[in-house]
Amino acid sequence: MPTEILSPDTFAAQQNASPLAALKKAGWEQFQQLPVPQRTNERWRFSNLNHVKLEGFSLPPAPAKEIQQELLQRSALIEKVSGKIVFADGHLLGEVSLAPELHAQGVILETLSAAAEKHPALLEQYLLKSGTDLGGEKFLALHQAYLKTGYFLHVPKGVEISAPIAVYNWLAADGAAVFPHALVVAEENARVNVVDFYLSRDESAKGFAAAAADIHAAPGAGVFRKVVQNWNEQTQSYQIDNTHAENNSTVTTVSVNLGAKRARFENAIRLNGSGSNVRLYGLTVADQDQEFDQRTLQIHNAPDSYSDLLYKNALLDRARTIFSGLIRVAPGAQKTDAYQTNRNLLLSPDAEANSLPGLEIEANDVKCSHGATTGQLDTSELFYMQARGIPKETAYELLVFGFFEEIIEKVDNEELAGVLRTFVQEKFKRRSAKNLLG
Amino acid sequence: MNAFPPNDTDSSIDIGEADAETAAAIDIDREKGNFSFKEDYAYDAGVGLNAGAVDYITDVKGEPDWVREFRHKALKIFESKPLPTHWGSKDLENIDFAKIRYYLAKGQKPSRTWDEVPDDVKETFERLGIPEQERKFLAGVEAQFDSESAYSRMKEELSKQGVIFVGPTEGLKEHAEVFRKYFGKVIPAADNKFAALNSAVFSGGSFIYVPKGVKVAQPLQAYFRINAENFGQFERTLIIADEGAEVTYMEGCTAPKFDTATLHSAVVELVALKGAKIQYITVQNWATNVFNLVTKRGVAEEGAEIRWIDCNIGSRLTMKYPAVVLKGEHARGEVISIALASENQTQDTGAKMIHAASHTTSNIVSKSISVGNGLASYRGQVHIPKSLSHCKNNTECDALLINTNSRTDTYPAITVRGSQNSTQHEASVSKVSAEQIFYMMQRGLSEGEAMSLAVNGFINDLVQEFPMEYSVELKRLVELEMEGSVG
Repeated sequence: MPTEILSPDTFAAQQNASPLAALKKAGWEQFQQLPVPQRTNERWRFSNLNHVKLEGFSLPPAPAKEIQQELLQRSALIEKVSGKIVFADGHLLGEVSLAPELHAQGVILETLSAAAEKHPALLEQYLLKSGTDLGGEKFLALHQAYLKTGYFLHVPKGVEISAPIAVYNWLAADGAAVFPHALVVAEENARVNVVDFYLSRDESAKGFAAAAADIHAAPGAGVFRKVVQNWNEQTQSYQIDNTHAENNSTVTTVSVNLGAKRARFENAIRLNGSGSNVRLYGLTVADQDQEFDQRTLQIHNAPDSYSDLLYKNALLDRARTIFSGLIRVAPGAQKTDAYQTNRNLLLSPDAEANSLPGLEIEANDVKCSHGATTGQLDTSELFYMQARGIPKETAYELLVFGFFEEIIEKVDNEELAGVLRTFVQEKFKRRSAKNLLG
Repeated sequence: MNAFPPNDTDSSIDIGEADAETAAAIDIDREKGNFSFKEDYAYDAGVGLNAGAVDYITDVKGEPDWVREFRHKALKIFESKPLPTHWGSKDLENIDFAKIRYYLAKGQKPSRTWDEVPDDVKETFERLGIPEQERKFLAGVEAQFDSESAYSRMKEELSKQGVIFVGPTEGLKEHAEVFRKYFGKVIPAADNKFAALNSAVFSGGSFIYVPKGVKVAQPLQAYFRINAENFGQFERTLIIADEGAEVTYMEGCTAPKFDTATLHSAVVELVALKGAKIQYITVQNWATNVFNLVTKRGVAEEGAEIRWIDCNIGSRLTMKYPAVVLKGEHARGEVISIALASENQTQDTGAKMIHAASHTTSNIVSKSISVGNGLASYRGQVHIPKSLSHCKNNTECDALLINTNSRTDTYPAITVRGSQNSTQHEASVSKVSAEQIFYMMQRGLSEGEAMSLAVNGFINDLVQEFPMEYSVELKRLVELEMEGSVG
């Protein structure tokens, strides 16, 4: 059986059994038609397209029993959860678990394939409805064609999920391609809290991930989503998120990007209802030859809405980051209050930070601003700490981790914050602070 | 025969003497700049662009062979390059290059004395409101009528100092040694499609050379005019400030109104050698049928400083991003920009700072105002490559939106590598606060007056950067634009 993802046979073989067949077929056809991103495409400005490679990845079989066992055991980064799903190489491991009281209140947590059988109307309403305006059309189409291992989380009116639902997506086999999907729907006045982990089993297996998320916050709803991307550095990662915020809804997302050789993250927020309130936080720690390519879009379609974005990048070695953000205020979206901030901390002379903060404003009664700064650690702050007897290396670490802490504390969950601190520290352990100081 | 009835029988102009006087005193000549003369051109390259037209221009000007070659090469580049795709406006596609006349001139040689200037050209200046006395104050006036210099004159002390201030045709013939060394080096013909177009058909503009250590006390000025329908104007300006020299150049544009589109595509190259300072001031107020597609770039050597002070009020579509290449250590670059986009106008302006040496600093301050459906965009680039250290950039962009359908875009691109480099970029969009307007109206100002006061306040700190006569003019232009913009 062919498994190469670019082969029509591979597509056809996994297609037969799926209830999402029509949607997947449309995705496959689009994927065939869409061109590979070109250097002249503004949406790919500054991206290193040499690293974009679709060849050589396949749909792997389910991992061996002992590997499944191992991964299930490792899928316990946070203990206090109200539900859990574990995927590996595009296969569900074990069972979907959900707190009984939430199940009783009508909360749905299913794999996409299961949801397609049980809740076709809801999927029809919410799944992959918005496309992307940020350049990743071809990757989103491929994601759609191989849609299978995502999850569907539906929270009925007024129901609150306080402890997070944890979703683990593992890459295990060498050359594996995965297509994780997060479909989160919070009905009126519901509260939802969810964490997505993207992880690799080891440091050496090559991997390809084209993930996507559809987040819907109905009037008055609150969605709090955290994404921890820590694939190994042999992975190509594409992540295309779409969020819809209706009247008086609140959406907060925290994205922590640490892994992958090349990671592209497209995050579009549509504020469709007045009184909606969206906060986007991002933390990226880039080292070696990593490239993080972040494209964001804050679309204000309704009056009296608020959005605030803060993306912080720290760069080591020869790493590159691209932040391209756009605030778009539609005609008539008066009293919009929108902000966008990008802070780049260069910790190596060979690193490169690119910043493209943009505004497109078509309403006049608005408050919109953006700021972008790129620089090194403040030498006077280092000096101040040294003057008080703190060794230079310690002072350096304190300042760098202080830079990260502003985002880490936004996850508002001590367990998760601890996990993030550990991940970041592991990345830094590869070098001593002494080397960094040069 | 009496074509005009006596005043006393005409009731429509029957107003009291005092009223008429008051009216005259407060009124502004709205017809100023809204006129055209019968075209009478001694030289005309015909309509459309081809090798023949390029040869014609070279022949008429009696240029040396290297210039002919340069023009032909540029024409080939122009033909091979596509129009920019994701630039400011789709409006670019409306330019019909085959319908444009690429060269016409009065045929006169640049003249040195006022008496030699043809009468109808003098009349144009008269209508522009440039008093003859004012010219005497100016260090040297290079008044350009269409594509050839109509009048150029320098004060004696400037000539004594060795300052050259001529048109490019005279520059390339009389001062070939210094001209050829820098011409087309800062902005090569292949830089972009419009730079190639200019390189193929350029005529008019200025060539300035300021010798070592000479500080030109008064600004050098040039007035530009377009006065032929469907006629593109392709000035070529090259300014060289030798080591330690200082010079300020000012250009201001107005144009008569025509029905069909007019293309204006200038190329301006500045070279500031070690420790030199160049300040280039522009007030652009073309008629609203003009496409204004300009390439401006300066190279600053060690310790040199280049400042672009740019104000865009007119034209249908302006695309202009003054650039500074900071080539020597401790060089400094600055762009101060004001853009006013009124009804049906697109002002796509910005700045580029290319850091190419350590310890260089750059500063960009841009303020734009969008009125009606006008669109003002800021497009910027700041580039600090690897291997450099201690470079700094500061960028501030503020936009003011007047009406509900006004629009503004901001698209900066910042790339930083190297060590101890830092950049900061800030942009904001706002409207004039209702409270401010209310406060002023409560004190007896009309809504329109309050609005123009608020807008003038918004750009005031940048207007200060312009010389006195320009800043007064600017304030008046803003007032004019704000009339009827509210309500």
